[in-house]
Amino acid sequence: MKIILYIIRKEFKQIFRNKGMLPIIFILPVLQLVILSNAATYEIKNITFGYVDADNSSTSRGLIERFEASTYFNVSEKFSSEKEASTAMQEGSVDVYVNIPTHFERDLQKNKRNEIGVFIDAIDGSAAGVINVYATQIIQNYNKHIATDLIQVSDSVQQPSSIDSIPLFWYNETLNYKTFMVPGILVLLVTMITLFLSGMNIVREKEIGTLEQINVTPIKKHQFIIGKLFPFWVLGMGLLTIGLILAKVIFNVPILGNLLLLYGYTSVYILVILGMGLFISNFTDTQQQAMFIAWFFIVIFILMSGLFTPIESMPKWAQLLTEFNPIKYFVEIIRMVMLKGSGFADIFPLAIKTLAYAIVMNGLAVWSYKKTT
Amino acid sequence: MKTQNVIEVENLSKLFGDFTAVNQISFHVKAGEIFGFLGANGAGKTTAMKMLIGISSPSSGKATVAGFDVYKQTESIKKNIGYMSQKFALYDDLTVKENITFFGGIYGLSKKQIDQKRCELVEELGLQEVTNSLVTSLPLGWKQKLAFSVSLLHEPKIVFLDEPTGGVDPITRRQFWELIYKAAHNGTTIFVTTHYMDEAEYCDRVSIMVNGKIEALDTPKKLKEQYKTDTMNDVFLKLARG
Amino acid sequence: MKRFVGFVRKEFYHIFRDRRSLFILFGMPIAQILLFGFAITNEINNVDIAILDQANDVTSKEIINKIASSKHFSIVDIIQQESSIESIFKKGKVKAVLQFENNFGRHLIKEKQATVQILTDATDPNMANTISNYITSILKNYQHELNNAVSIDYQIVPQSRMVYNAELKSVYMFVPGVMTVILMLVSAMMTSISITREKEQGTMEILLVSPLKPFQVIIGKVFPYIFLSVINAVVIVLLSIFIFNVPVKGSLFLLGFESILFIITSLALGILISTISATQQTAMMISLMGLMLPTILLSGFIFPISSMPLPLQVISNIIPAKWFIIIVKGIMLKGVDIVFLLKETLILFAMTLLFMGISVKKYKIRLE
Repeated sequence: MKIILYIIRKEFKQIFRNKGMLPIIFILPVLQLVILSNAATYEIKNITFGYVDADNSSTSRGLIERFEASTYFNVSEKFSSEKEASTAMQEGSVDVYVNIPTHFERDLQKNKRNEIGVFIDAIDGSAAGVINVYATQIIQNYNKHIATDLIQVSDSVQQPSSIDSIPLFWYNETLNYKTFMVPGILVLLVTMITLFLSGMNIVREKEIGTLEQINVTPIKKHQFIIGKLFPFWVLGMGLLTIGLILAKVIFNVPILGNLLLLYGYTSVYILVILGMGLFISNFTDTQQQAMFIAWFFIVIFILMSGLFTPIESMPKWAQLLTEFNPIKYFVEIIRMVMLKGSGFADIFPLAIKTLAYAIVMNGLAVWSYKKTT
Repeated sequence: MKTQNVIEVENLSKLFGDFTAVNQISFHVKAGEIFGFLGANGAGKTTAMKMLIGISSPSSGKATVAGFDVYKQTESIKKNIGYMSQKFALYDDLTVKENITFFGGIYGLSKKQIDQKRCELVEELGLQEVTNSLVTSLPLGWKQKLAFSVSLLHEPKIVFLDEPTGGVDPITRRQFWELIYKAAHNGTTIFVTTHYMDEAEYCDRVSIMVNGKIEALDTPKKLKEQYKTDTMNDVFLKLARG
Repeated sequence: MKRFVGFVRKEFYHIFRDRRSLFILFGMPIAQILLFGFAITNEINNVDIAILDQANDVTSKEIINKIASSKHFSIVDIIQQESSIESIFKKGKVKAVLQFENNFGRHLIKEKQATVQILTDATDPNMANTISNYITSILKNYQHELNNAVSIDYQIVPQSRMVYNAELKSVYMFVPGVMTVILMLVSAMMTSISITREKEQGTMEILLVSPLKPFQVIIGKVFPYIFLSVINAVVIVLLSIFIFNVPVKGSLFLLGFESILFIITSLALGILISTISATQQTAMMISLMGLMLPTILLSGFIFPISSMPLPLQVISNIIPAKWFIIIVKGIMLKGVDIVFLLKETLILFAMTLLFMGISVKKYKIRLE
């Protein structure tokens, strides 16, 4: 036991003496959490809107005014032809344009319906979908308006029925994306720091030769491993704390659930990550290799974690794969506990899987660490 | 009084794929001896040593160190030996004092013992000025002496030194060997590998490895007689050519 | 010149002998493209929802049927009371609950109006919004069918045309992004590690004392990575074209040219990182922690830049990846030629020169 303390002491000294790394471990993650959380949003704002109006009637102008009044759209310019509009879209200066043909108002009054072309830059498919919804809503609202304004409604006309849908957004009434992203990014940062530091650390001792020296001492495997990994466990928990404070103070992310539960889960989660770091370091000879392999897995894990895109949207086989992705569990649990106030019983299935992962991963890692080759 | 063998090696081999690094070597080392394990770079010395200190498993053959088997009792071996690796393996980003405390602690010494040993060591090596300096700032010769002394902290029966005097001037090398003599005088067996043939003269007995095999094994004096040369260097040249 | 070639050859050997790193260097882009193409998407499919039908009449059941047959939703639970809603949300079992009011059908017929509440778990606001939108449009369609018999007022019917990406495939958006991120990270990281490794091992000084000029050393170090990155870029483009049918409407030659330009920009960034890192570890951590997240988040790769707060929009301008993504999207998906991309290309040029300039200056200071 005392031996473990000697190793822990040495590790902490080395970490805090490394002047170059300290800002990277502490300041960089904090900066990124604060700055980048503001970047992550799927809200579509500031849509640049252009139009071709070959009709110039009160109807067409009225429609354009609707777009001007909307907070979603920034009406940029009126194009003199469709060609001009389409070139502008190629240049990237409009996201969407509307093409109102000649005799628009006249044909509308004659046929009681008319079409207009809505051209949306659809490279970002999901943004295009949203733009479409917004534009369609504006047009449909305008439909109601001209119906009541321009036409006499005779009593004999039957009233249409309407089904009103009332959306109610639980846990996040304002649809604040930061509330959603900040905990996720925090998970990311804690994971990256603990994985890279723990993985590279052991390999570095290999590279400089001190690992050999350690292996010649009678120190037991588990003493060495615990001593080596413990400081990074502490670092991870520390980062979590800093992150939670920032989340609350700067972003006002709610913390509805039990913090103790969160810390308890995180302590197990970090063990999984440390186990991975150790496992990787057992099979690599240079820091660069360790780094690369860790990076490879991290990127894939991040993509498949539900952090940026929902797991529910993935095909079944991909969802199955995510069962082996530790980050997925943490992302889900931190969101559940912080934003919904989920309790121990609610997160139990996920937590139990994480625990199993921790045991298997660390078991593998310890087993594959050989003092004698 | 009969001195026992602290190291016994019989037909020990190590193969890497189809490359034979160590080819059926046999020898023994007596308690309190300074045993020189010589050979050119790449002859297989380090590989052989790694088997004896318990970090590499032999491919075949038998060996015991301090009475313990190198296959099954590596952890017991490690309790009884000290080691100074080729890279000196002290932590550059820890101070002299911290390195001593760390390795002492790893070997299970009590705080009192560590403090005592540290004082002695610092005194003996004249490191009073630099106890709180990072090891990286020490000149090479000091690092070597420090590493050697650290390997003796737990008073092991045998100490293994892998090329301990690489890269320093002859005077520093001489000083280092004085430390070795002192340790041997206190009863510690010294097993040292080197490719400096003049250091062979300082040993009680030497073996010379060529291409994985031991081609010579005796006292320096007898070897020089045998090969009719004046220096160990010439003995080696004759062997290597032959 | 022969010395230089020999030096470059040594660098190639270094790289190709490190099997593990090589595997990652090539495997990573392939894995990412496959993932993005097949697994990563924002579309909602088979989202688990629950129904709270307090009406239980013909109309509500018809609507529920419509929703059940939509590929977007999967009805996994029917609950009986409002009090159950909280617990299924907390457990994460469903993303939304549809609540039909009492006497839904009767209200609709008699008062011509009825309500459905769409309760969504909005911890993921984007998904909640999308779910609301989809359900609302299913409801509106049903409403429309009901009202077919009734003569409707004037209608402007929007004909939406999705330009450049008719099927709204998410892979169109991601491929340029993945290409950019891979090229940037690999080039910058590899270069910075390679140079700092020589520094750490002390062999850098040997190189500087050799007859090779400093800039030859740098170019020699960097050259194999240009080669590697080009191969990566080609692999990514080929995979996108053949497996995912991403078009390349513009000139392949231009794409190649711009890619090489961007690779050099990234390499220059890597060199810059190496001048401020004493050890490999620092270089790696800066590349990873300092470069990866900003590149992914601020470049327009996943999140639209125009939706970000203004200060971040400004910052995104200094991220080379942002400009390259515009270029790649332009060439591949819009089919534009160089005239449209002049601004972005020049910016990349300027950045490259800037990075190199700073690196050279720092280098000179160190040598003094």
